[in-house]
Amino acid sequence: MSTIVLDNVWKEYGDQIVLEKVSLTIASRAFVALVGPSGCGKTTFLKLLLGEEAPTRGTITLDGVPLVAEPGPDRGVVFQRYSVFPHLTVLGNVLLGKAFTGSKIAARLFGASKRSAIEEARQLIADVGLAGSEDKYPAQLSGGMQQRLALAQALIMKPKVLLLDEPFGALDPGIRAEIHVLMKRLWHETELTVVMVTHDMREAFTLGTRVIAFERPRDRPEERERYGALLSRDIDIWPPRIAGEPSIFAPDRDDPVMPLGLVQDDLAPTQGDTP
Amino acid sequence: MRWINTKPGPAVRLMLMLAPFVLLVIAYGMGSAARLADNPSDKLLPALASLTDAINRMAFTPDTRTGEYLMWADTTASLSRLLWALGISTAIALLFGMIVGMFPYVRALLAPFIATISMVPPLALLPILFIVLGLGEAAKISLIVIGVAPAMIRDLALKVVELPREQIIKAETLGGSSWQIALRVVLPQVLPRLFTCLRLQLGPAWLFLIAAEAISADSGLGYRIFLVRRYLSMDVIFPYVAWITLLAIIMNFALDRLRIAIFPWSNLERQ
Repeated sequence: MSTIVLDNVWKEYGDQIVLEKVSLTIASRAFVALVGPSGCGKTTFLKLLLGEEAPTRGTITLDGVPLVAEPGPDRGVVFQRYSVFPHLTVLGNVLLGKAFTGSKIAARLFGASKRSAIEEARQLIADVGLAGSEDKYPAQLSGGMQQRLALAQALIMKPKVLLLDEPFGALDPGIRAEIHVLMKRLWHETELTVVMVTHDMREAFTLGTRVIAFERPRDRPEERERYGALLSRDIDIWPPRIAGEPSIFAPDRDDPVMPLGLVQDDLAPTQGDTP
Repeated sequence: MRWINTKPGPAVRLMLMLAPFVLLVIAYGMGSAARLADNPSDKLLPALASLTDAINRMAFTPDTRTGEYLMWADTTASLSRLLWALGISTAIALLFGMIVGMFPYVRALLAPFIATISMVPPLALLPILFIVLGLGEAAKISLIVIGVAPAMIRDLALKVVELPREQIIKAETLGGSSWQIALRVVLPQVLPRLFTCLRLQLGPAWLFLIAAEAISADSGLGYRIFLVRRYLSMDVIFPYVAWITLLAIIMNFALDRLRIAIFPWSNLERQ
């Protein structure tokens, strides 16, 4: 379970109010897409969830526990750029989280724990479609592959919440569609609540279970100091998408398949087998 | 075709690369010949023959008084000072560069201080070093360290601060502590820069070495140059200058190769 509750959250930078009275409950295993014009506080909102910034007023709780104002292993993140470490290979990047938790002083794994971690990392690397690239450095990967790597790197920590800051914004449409398929599969298969900031409406509606828009209703220069952005739209996708369950209305190619029982086109059971 | 779009081929590139060196030698030969024609005992631009003579005398003939090969003795003395000083500077720069770059409290405490120290002209401190540390090796090594380390600390701290914020946040979400992040994320990315930084500081390091040796030493490349200056022995000074330059070039090249060999990824990013 990983329910995020925001209660009357404000964020101000000096005189500037960025976010105003945001109250929101994000259900466990939801996929929330955050949209809105530039400078409306989407990224600030994500930073609040990440713990990189603390709210000026109000509280944020994860499963009823107030968030620590510091990023931690319960919340994974993928940024648009710089999410992976250029000095580590693909395998090294994915192993880093394991090394951090497994070895306090050396931050490196040895022996049996190393072997099992490598096993797990290789599995995850294959899951995101990077099998065969384990020994490459990020600079040798394309943008789409780097983002796949960033996902694998975050997921090895088994975070409750995955935060995505325009993760696919810099990718070509074709590559983006492929990585959407992956993202959807990962969300179905992993115990994850996802919050994604995006510019792309289409992306928001293809991936999300719920689309939330931030907007500044008062945006004249003299008003910017006194009023921040509000949560202006909150749309539940219909037909509803539920993590790990096939959609009965419009299953995607990559969604779990609903067992429909035998239909006419299936081969008839052979006579000899039935009693 | 525009000039900015014309590129030399490999053969032309090699010729262009060698041209200035060849021109320099030719110009020297002509100047030397002209002066010697006027005055056969001219010492300012000795002929190539007397240069080779001097090299032979300094490098390949034992000194009559000490039995040492002077040029090699000078080179070992200078290089050991230089390497000691660069080693100490590197250790200081790595430690302080990392903590100044990573921890806001340490940055607030030390960054302005280091910036001030790096503005002190090291050569102005040389008399103080000689008074306090005596005329031995310690003073010379300290001069180089004082001259080189502050700039290296600032450069490395800057590199640490320049690491994308996203990377550090990502490392925190992977459960890294300050120590672990320093060890596995910051340090490996700072080390290649350290090599580059060392290369850039080779020039100042040699400068301070020669300056210290010129004032007080009984061996060393800088000592020898300033000693034979009294006899206007340009035939010794020129080969020594060329030798120092060659040593610096080799160190520069070796450091860069070493960086690429140890940190292959640091060269991938530029492409």
